Amino acid sequence: MVNVVWLLLIVGGLVVSAMHHSMLAVTQAIVTGSEKAVEIAFGFVGIMALWLGLAKIAEESGLMQGLARVMSPLIGRLFPGIPKDHPAMGNMLMNMSANILGMGGAATPFGLKAMEELQKLNQVKDRASANMITFLAINTASINLIPATVIALRVAAGSRNPTEIVGPTIIATCVSSIVAITADRIFRRIYRDRHPNG
Amino acid sequence: MTSTVIDTISVWAIPFLIGFIPLFGWLRGVKVYETFVEGADEGFKMAIRMIPFLVGILVALNIFQASGAFDAVIHFLSRPLGHIGVPSEVVPLILVRPLSGGAALGVTTGLLQHYGPDSFVGRVASTLQGSTDTTFYVITLYFGSIAVRRTRYALPVALIGDLAGFIAAILVCHYLF
Repeated sequence: MVNVVWLLLIVGGLVVSAMHHSMLAVTQAIVTGSEKAVEIAFGFVGIMALWLGLAKIAEESGLMQGLARVMSPLIGRLFPGIPKDHPAMGNMLMNMSANILGMGGAATPFGLKAMEELQKLNQVKDRASANMITFLAINTASINLIPATVIALRVAAGSRNPTEIVGPTIIATCVSSIVAITADRIFRRIYRDRHPNG
Repeated sequence: MTSTVIDTISVWAIPFLIGFIPLFGWLRGVKVYETFVEGADEGFKMAIRMIPFLVGILVALNIFQASGAFDAVIHFLSRPLGHIGVPSEVVPLILVRPLSGGAALGVTTGLLQHYGPDSFVGRVASTLQGSTDTTFYVITLYFGSIAVRRTRYALPVALIGDLAGFIAAILVCHYLF
């Protein structure tokens, strides 16, 4: 499905561009797109190094495992089959906390680390495990209590009440998380029926 | 009241963690600096690992935008969506939000400046921007980084969540403002 969306963006774009005679602009956009990608990735290096360094300390000191154990009654049900003090649990929790608190830069390294750990538990290595998908469903719905970037944008645009959207944002983000988790549960069941070993 | 509590937490979260984690490690006998450096070493590799996925998404998205295909889709969808209460001005934001964080931020900034942050469009745009993440990018990056090729039902589940978030955002704004 990811493949289809990607292909659709490219081929659809090129077809329209042929009709609009905008090939030159498209060529330019291709070049700037790939340059921008490297720019963004390099911009991440420092903050990733910082959080992965701290994560290593948290792991070696047992903090990550402790956090996982404390929180596991709460989220353990969402991720059946992951041992209580497995580092996957701790990293997922750190990722979720970073999202909730709006620490955007910290969420990605913990998220990628969590995927690495989940992959260790995954039986078919090139196929997503059910727990990975649950994690991503929660992650992309991104429970976010402090839309800091949006508030800053509103301040910059001269809003009289820049934080008035915090309430609506929290409601919307909760709805999207609940629906995503519910959909995940349903799909999980359908796929398990179809793939007895999945 | 709640917003000041939340503000305080958000201001303190990062400094607290940067102080607390090493202190806790040191008390537990971890060689904190060496361990930090060892972990941080992975940061570069991880950032480099993101590049192929970012290139894939940004190039595809740029082609779609620069060609005019994106405008065509917006034009096509604005009217039917308008009938069910979606302001046509925020349709581009809904479409771009799951694909690219940077592009969505650009669209939101544009809407806030053009219509004003305290207009209905401004409020809906702000709520939409804050309430979901860049689904497509997160999925390709997270699965790509561990070489998982078959993503199974991940994208539909995440997009269903996004759609619910968008609907909720628009309904809540209609109700409150």
